[in-house]
Amino acid sequence: MSLISKLNKAFDHRIRLGIMSILVVNDHADFKSLKELLDVTDGNLASHSKALEKENFIRVEKTFINRKPNTKYIATDEGKNAFQEHITALEKIISKND
Amino acid sequence: MDNQKYLQDIQEIRDLMSKSTRFISLSGMSGVLAGTYALLGGIAGYFILQNASYDRSYGTFERLLRTPFEQNTSLQILLVAGAVLGLSIVTAFILTRSKAARLKQRIWNAQSIRLIKNFIIHLSIGGLFTLTLFQYELIGLVAPAMLVFYGLACIQAAPYTLGTVKYLGISCAILGLINTQFIGYGLYFWTAGFGLCHIIYGAVMHYKYDRS
Repeated sequence: MSLISKLNKAFDHRIRLGIMSILVVNDHADFKSLKELLDVTDGNLASHSKALEKENFIRVEKTFINRKPNTKYIATDEGKNAFQEHITALEKIISKND
Repeated sequence: MDNQKYLQDIQEIRDLMSKSTRFISLSGMSGVLAGTYALLGGIAGYFILQNASYDRSYGTFERLLRTPFEQNTSLQILLVAGAVLGLSIVTAFILTRSKAARLKQRIWNAQSIRLIKNFIIHLSIGGLFTLTLFQYELIGLVAPAMLVFYGLACIQAAPYTLGTVKYLGISCAILGLINTQFIGYGLYFWTAGFGLCHIIYGAVMHYKYDRS
């Protein structure tokens, strides 16, 4: 039970887990590439990224490229640490039950 | 039951991490074909050199520009090398595009652009350096320098694509370094690096990643 409590509730959804997985290995990712990699709808991605933003796990930067809005997502240090802990907990759970 | 879900999560994390950083559509077969072109180019180069007669009265660049084509060994070799390069790029593009279509990946995405950028930057620095070797008539160092810089470009680009490319780069760079001690045998090392190594690593890539 204690192992499971180490899992972070904020990552308890595959899209949020996916967003974090991509952002920890890339400096940043824009909305379009996240959408393509995760294969989700605009609204879905927007609401899940908002949830992660609220937790301070990701940072959102809005800029314009040739007048077109461009949204960049960046993982914060806090988010990277939380994600790392989450993965470690996941691995422990799996190896324990093997 | 839950265990299965967690395992799936980890699998998906790993998948996304690699998909978001690596351009996985690079075709192994295009490496094999590029190697084959280089082998043929090497054979052509061998025959060109057999018929070579040097006119030492000009500097390298002037000789390149002034000598009529039939006696202009450098120009003939450059032409062969250019043809090998051009054919390889076209082949790689066509095969990679069809593999990308099969994997439902776009050919121009953040990953492929990053891959090409990292490759081209190092390759063009090496290319310019090689030109200066030519300029100062250090012809013997041209082939080693090409191999070393090409190898470094591959090593640099490797984190953004399939792992085999790193070993291709290391092999080419080492061949180039060995070549520096055997000046005059550039053509053989060139053929081994750009020909044999590409065929070997291209085949490894093909069997490891393409057959599915």
